[in-house]
Amino acid sequence: MLTAHELQDRLVRGDCSSVEIVQELLAAIQEVDGTIRGYLSVDAEAALAQARAADAARATGRGGPLLGIPVAIKDVLNVAGQPCGCASKMLRGYVAPYDATAVAALRAAGAVLLGRTNMDEFAMGSTTENSAFQVTRNPWSLEHVPGGSSGGSAAVVAAGEAVAALGSDTGGSIRQPAGFCGCVGLKPSYGRVSRYGLTAFASSLDQIGPMTRDVRDAARLLGVMAGHDPHDSTSLPAPVEDYEAGLPVSGGLRGMRLGMPREYFGGGLDTEVEAAVSAAVEECRRQGAEVVEISLPHTRYAIATYYIVACAEASANLSRFDGVRYGHRTAVAGDATELYLRSRAEGFGAEVKRRILLGTYVLSSGYHDAYYLRAQKVRTLIRRDFDAAFERCAAIVCPVAPTAAYRLGATGGDPLKMYLGDVFTVTANLAGLCGLALPCGFTAAGLPVGLQFLGPALGEARVLRAGRAYEQATAWHTRRAPHAAGMARTEAGGK
Amino acid sequence: MSAARYEAVIGLEVHVQLKTRSKMFCGCATSFGAEPNTNVCPVCLGYPGTMPVMNREAIRLTVLSGLMLGCRINPRSKFDRKSYFYPDMPKNYQITQYDQPLCLGGGVEIEGASGLATVPLTRIHLEEDVAKNMHFATCSGVDFNRAGSPLMEIVSEPAMHTPEQAVAYLQGLKQTLMYAGVSDCNLEEGNMRCDVNVSLRPVGATALGTKAELKNLNSFKSVLLALRAEIGRQEQLLREGGRVVQETRRWDVEAGATFLMRTKEDAHDYRYFPEPDLMPVVLSEQQIAEWARGLPETPRQRRARFASEYSLPEYDARVLAADKAVGDYFEAAARGSKAPKIVSNWVMTEMLRRLGETGQEIAAVQITPAALAELVELTEAGAINSNTARELFGELFANGGSPRALVEARGLAQVSDSGALQALVDQAIRENAKSAEDFRGGKAVALKFLTGQVMRLSRGKANPQLAAQLLEERLKK
Ligand SMILES: [Zn+2]
Repeated sequence: MLTAHELQDRLVRGDCSSVEIVQELLAAIQEVDGTIRGYLSVDAEAALAQARAADAARATGRGGPLLGIPVAIKDVLNVAGQPCGCASKMLRGYVAPYDATAVAALRAAGAVLLGRTNMDEFAMGSTTENSAFQVTRNPWSLEHVPGGSSGGSAAVVAAGEAVAALGSDTGGSIRQPAGFCGCVGLKPSYGRVSRYGLTAFASSLDQIGPMTRDVRDAARLLGVMAGHDPHDSTSLPAPVEDYEAGLPVSGGLRGMRLGMPREYFGGGLDTEVEAAVSAAVEECRRQGAEVVEISLPHTRYAIATYYIVACAEASANLSRFDGVRYGHRTAVAGDATELYLRSRAEGFGAEVKRRILLGTYVLSSGYHDAYYLRAQKVRTLIRRDFDAAFERCAAIVCPVAPTAAYRLGATGGDPLKMYLGDVFTVTANLAGLCGLALPCGFTAAGLPVGLQFLGPALGEARVLRAGRAYEQATAWHTRRAPHAAGMARTEAGGK
Repeated sequence: MSAARYEAVIGLEVHVQLKTRSKMFCGCATSFGAEPNTNVCPVCLGYPGTMPVMNREAIRLTVLSGLMLGCRINPRSKFDRKSYFYPDMPKNYQITQYDQPLCLGGGVEIEGASGLATVPLTRIHLEEDVAKNMHFATCSGVDFNRAGSPLMEIVSEPAMHTPEQAVAYLQGLKQTLMYAGVSDCNLEEGNMRCDVNVSLRPVGATALGTKAELKNLNSFKSVLLALRAEIGRQEQLLREGGRVVQETRRWDVEAGATFLMRTKEDAHDYRYFPEPDLMPVVLSEQQIAEWARGLPETPRQRRARFASEYSLPEYDARVLAADKAVGDYFEAAARGSKAPKIVSNWVMTEMLRRLGETGQEIAAVQITPAALAELVELTEAGAINSNTARELFGELFANGGSPRALVEARGLAQVSDSGALQALVDQAIRENAKSAEDFRGGKAVALKFLTGQVMRLSRGKANPQLAAQLLEERLKK
């Protein structure tokens, strides 16, 4: 299982073609996706055509960091001419008329858009079990979830069915599945990557980011997608650094001051996760990092704050799905109101309905101030916690999630339990920070444990440096999942 | 039955479509009359993943309107989402401004029975327009061409008390917005729409009564009649001991009455919250000052200027400044003229009368301001008489052209040559001996008749003053 940068080197040397890479991946999908079920759709013909075009471009002297590299796309992102269903019945039959800006950037860089990955419906969930269509399994254990909501993207990368994938992260939806599946996931700072074309869940929290096999690939994809977009007024005008060139060759953690939030290492943290993360922090120290304890006192309000803000915004964002212009429309409706009620009742799943109801409630007159307004105030306090923390450290090191991957069905009856699993990830979205998840060990049952580096807004270069240095010092990211493609065969040829 | 006397309290919410080339949040054209659903894109259709991008020109035009109306411009305003489900709303929420509008305060000057007064404004904010629902025999459709067009909402204080004041307010507002050049302000075409709130209270009371909101008012006349009808309805209700219920009522032109649309119980909970896809609008002092420097003249400024610059009576200045296009036309004609008052007379009488008759816009008439100036010049120089001038005006109004060229081509020039007139004077005296005798006998009025005869013989071309003078000279000999 090669990374994008390794494959790019081979393409440059002429050791293989983009068509061969795509064929290899199609074979891998053929082999394992019947079990993993990470893809909702794969357009093999279109992917091969793009690969041929990339090979032809290379033959005329064109190059570039992603030319001919296949990337899987989460079903929440619009790709012109492809379905964009958000794993919901509500958008069945909807074909996107335009490219998301991030997708257009990949296309312009010559990447091959491979297929669409499964997710929790409208990105609402932490297990990908809320998909209206299929259950995706964790390539490390088929009895476990891949995490969510970008569970399909994480699973196909971990299973060797994709070199890299795009996910979206509203409260941890890139980092948590990356952690559960033992791959790398980066949530950029709010506004670093354009959201235009990302079907909105919670507009003030959403970000698109890469899910890859190593930190260097994450840096490479971020470099292609980051930057200001005139179509997204909230995208940041700050210049884009050369993230990949800024990665350390060695010793990237030397002299870096890392903060360990006291509140993240208390009760509720699974002992195996705590052991793995503590060992990882120890490794960082060995690599020359200075580790200090910091405090994020408003952490205990983070989950409530997050679910109020996210659901409030979602309740408006999802209002457009009404059966009038696109997507699911009920078969029989007498008037407009009935059309809305029936179409939405039939189209949305339980978790989406729950969040729309919650969001509608917290914004309704009489409750708006007590919930929505108060949540915004707490959000400011949480942001200040981080402002103060980053005065004391360059980056924060902590777990991605309190536990390793859940068993399938374990959170089904208890949404609150699932919500609490987001405690270490939602804060980065509430505060607009960047966060990198990468593997740092395994439980006794063989499930990956994720490590998280959090940086201030626009601190991507910093967390990527820390992550790359850690990854170079360890070998967790090179381990292969037992249910990945090719595991049944011998690993001849290095693939 | 109560004998109390009631006072109406009226407030208006006016929506005005701004004249921008593109929509509020996307690049689609705002032109109207196109085939349904042709000026649309994923953004204004509310497709998944799309995001709004602010049209700066709409901000500028709103601030311009605010400055013209004496509002305070908010240095920091923001946009909010207003949620409700309706098929004309692509996203089922409207992007509008809730608690931090672009403009605050200000006022509209109106002319009332007791002179000039100012109706205070609460606020002006900016929002996106909705689509148009269309109903057919077996189904309904939505035309999204209008969806997302920039719409400015101007909210007055409840400070008017008669239907006439409300109409004067609308006229004054329209006048100023036309001067600002921000909108066409046509009620009939829907680029100016107004909702009226009206309540009654006993004369002398200060607390507001329960209001009704009136909709479907698409002409000044509808506003006037609907308010009269609604005030009558509420008054009767109160006199009979009833209570006004807060509700929205629809004006029915045919029936000449308002009818219940919905009560407060059906009112939406709009669930406003800040639009997370847009940054707050921050306007620097320099930016506002720069826009203020480029501000067009207000109607009041133009009235004063016309009076002093063109030595016009107050009345003329007011009539000419009432409609910006009329004022513009006058000024274009009067600028180079030695007789601006005569130009004013022509515009106020012949021009306005013919515009009224034909329903034409002054900006589109055939007779150019330069042609009118020339016509005035020809009259003032005595080259044509006033009858000829009026005829020529009609000709130019209908077909355009140059007055001087017409005069030459048709030999319409006034005969002011005493040699040429002398023969006609003699002929008139010869043919009307009785009148000549009367004049000699002291009947001055006979001279008028004889002058008329000279005019007739000259087919209207004689200079009447000269003809009278020659007659007099001849008869007194
Ligand atoms: Zn548009």
